[in-house]
Amino acid sequence: MTDVSTSAPRVATGVGGSTLFRFATAGSVDDGKSTLVGRLLHDSKAILADQLEQVARTSSERGFGQGTGFDFALLTDGLRAEREQGITIDVAYRYFSTGVRSFILADCPGHVQYTRNMVTGATTADAVVVLIDGRKGVLEQTRRHLAVVALLRVPHVIVAVNKIDLLGYDEQVFADVSGQVREVAAGLGLVDVHVLPVSALEGDNVVDRSPNTPWYDGPALLELLEALPAHDELETEFDAFRLPVQLVIRPQGGLTPELSADPEASESFRDYRAFAGRVASGRVRVGDRVAVFPSGIETTVAGIDVAGTSVDEASAPQSISLRLADEVDAARGAVIGGAGTLPAGRREIDAELFQLDGRPLTAGARVLVKHGTHTVQAIVASIDSRRDLDTLADEPATLLETNDIGRATLKLAADLPLEPYEANRHAGSFLVIHPADGATLAAGITPG
Amino acid sequence: MRAAPVSGERTAALAQCGALDALDVLEAESIHIIREVVAEFERPVLLFSGGKDSVVVLHLAAKAFWPGKVPFPVLHVDTGHNFPEVLAFRDDTVARLGLRLEVASVQDYLDDGRLQERPDGTRNPLQTLPLLDAIAAGRHDAVFGGARRDEDKARAKERIISLRDEFGQWDPRNQRPELWSLYNGRHTPGQHVRAFPISNWTELDVWRYIEREGIELPPLYYAHEREVFRRDGMWRAVGEVSQPLQSETVERRVVRYRTVGDMSCTGAVESEASDVTAVVAEVARTTVTERGATRADDRLSEAAMEDRKKDGYF
Repeated sequence: MTDVSTSAPRVATGVGGSTLFRFATAGSVDDGKSTLVGRLLHDSKAILADQLEQVARTSSERGFGQGTGFDFALLTDGLRAEREQGITIDVAYRYFSTGVRSFILADCPGHVQYTRNMVTGATTADAVVVLIDGRKGVLEQTRRHLAVVALLRVPHVIVAVNKIDLLGYDEQVFADVSGQVREVAAGLGLVDVHVLPVSALEGDNVVDRSPNTPWYDGPALLELLEALPAHDELETEFDAFRLPVQLVIRPQGGLTPELSADPEASESFRDYRAFAGRVASGRVRVGDRVAVFPSGIETTVAGIDVAGTSVDEASAPQSISLRLADEVDAARGAVIGGAGTLPAGRREIDAELFQLDGRPLTAGARVLVKHGTHTVQAIVASIDSRRDLDTLADEPATLLETNDIGRATLKLAADLPLEPYEANRHAGSFLVIHPADGATLAAGITPG
Repeated sequence: MRAAPVSGERTAALAQCGALDALDVLEAESIHIIREVVAEFERPVLLFSGGKDSVVVLHLAAKAFWPGKVPFPVLHVDTGHNFPEVLAFRDDTVARLGLRLEVASVQDYLDDGRLQERPDGTRNPLQTLPLLDAIAAGRHDAVFGGARRDEDKARAKERIISLRDEFGQWDPRNQRPELWSLYNGRHTPGQHVRAFPISNWTELDVWRYIEREGIELPPLYYAHEREVFRRDGMWRAVGEVSQPLQSETVERRVVRYRTVGDMSCTGAVESEASDVTAVVAEVARTTVTERGATRADDRLSEAAMEDRKKDGYF
């Protein structure tokens, strides 16, 4: 029986300084994903009384009577059509926090369009939680989920072996499934994989460690989510500096009133010119030598403004305005990077594509490629292969259909500073867009 | 170079130690979104009601384009049932930042018969038509809003850049996937996008940010004594458009507002939180959602928000 009572949220009052962690869920139908998400939100006190009351009311109207608890899926299926059909249509974003971290959960539907939805949820994720029904072990679906996670280079993978209560909390069964998971993960080159036994229904090892699994000495799911380093925490220090230029700030439309009221300030800002953007990777300091793509011109960082404050240095993922010592040509679409670190531009890409649109992608198609802040025309020169997600082998193909993952060669109308996705999530990813209706046709990454 | 008078010490300190906290990351993401929209669209506009969420978006926009001024106008859909304090705050803010204010007036539509008053008196659903007309009249191709995904289960499904058709409709079953931080705002003539820079913020994030940045809000957000009466489990303010029935008793209570929408459907909560620190503590402890506590119109049906959004509501 599920406890529907609620008490004060777990989050401590007035505490600043928590970090942000983004994760996505993946699981097949009936693996218990909605229950796990509902349990996580409920036990971490992220569900408030009025939401719970509404779910309890709808649950009882739907026949979840006495003794059967309530339908956790109603917490996560927000659309009318979803509740009517009992299916999850699209990714939903949920928020909860503990004293340590704020979490953004991309709750991805498990079936039908699994690849498309998983790609959507996983591109920004620091971790993906893949659910397995412990009674069934590793299925084809699990292999596919793990393959997508591996291709998208999600930093951490958490495999929750669910329904451990139905297995009598058996250590050997968990060890067997865990062994299968590790074998598949090793084959995919996944590095940071955590496997844990849970019961979403009973709450074992979800928020707190369970007394029912004394043989498991690892963390509960929430403990793990609180402890794993986020993507930016992991990589910032080591990556080369990259700033895709969003726009140039030259206050020709007028200074902000507080500055224009002051003659001295308005004089000192008259020639203000800065390159605004979000640091995609690395760190930049005043005095650093930088180069501009595509011109290749080098100059020095004269100043960095972060949201209206001058600072000595900035790092990913801050939004900054960069002032340069020389008047260089760098409009939207340019990339500013550490001197000597920028890649050569590419006119042709051998890309890995995740096909998202219903219309098949074929050779000869005219498309747009959006990379960072630059959108260029492109032609699909050839479709080279399609990946069989069960065997993970590449097979010959002439088109890519919805949910397919395959290789294609794209010819670009302008040079783009593409880098291997493996080395840099931002510099190695792009969108393929339909030039007429603007639909996002595919997500692309540049292989190493 | 002079620093702007905003959170300087904190930003500098964090930049030095290299650790960004959750609010810094959310702020950076929001500024990125605001700049993308300004760079890629011709005629953006911000929906500005004087409520805390749109005030925060405007503050973020001021930071995004500093030392330049905010490069777009603001639009208020005025239901005619607004709190006078909020309208005054709206006008002060617009004047202080030197912005242009566009107003779409529901009352004008009622006066000339294009809209009719609802029997329950709420005007929130009536905002959609004036909003869509104002977007068309201003030829706005991008409309910023302060909506957050934690507000409602339908909003939890909406993209940061949300494409709307020529009727302003949202089609939740046919949304563009949103990948990495590559926002695709391409649209055909007649379509526009709604852009939600603080999608990923929660009510508590908003309040912590207001505290950290010292952002000014209408006084309604803080505890004050006022004449109220109980209806549908909420405290309604007594006002010109919000009169008690004979069976309802008027009392003086110490209350504050968690949202400041239309007076005819927005309720107050009993609260002693008279400053921002106390409000942050109260929001962190609350066991009721913002909308559940104070919005009568969302109680009309389980999918009230979804249905309004499909029609073109923000």
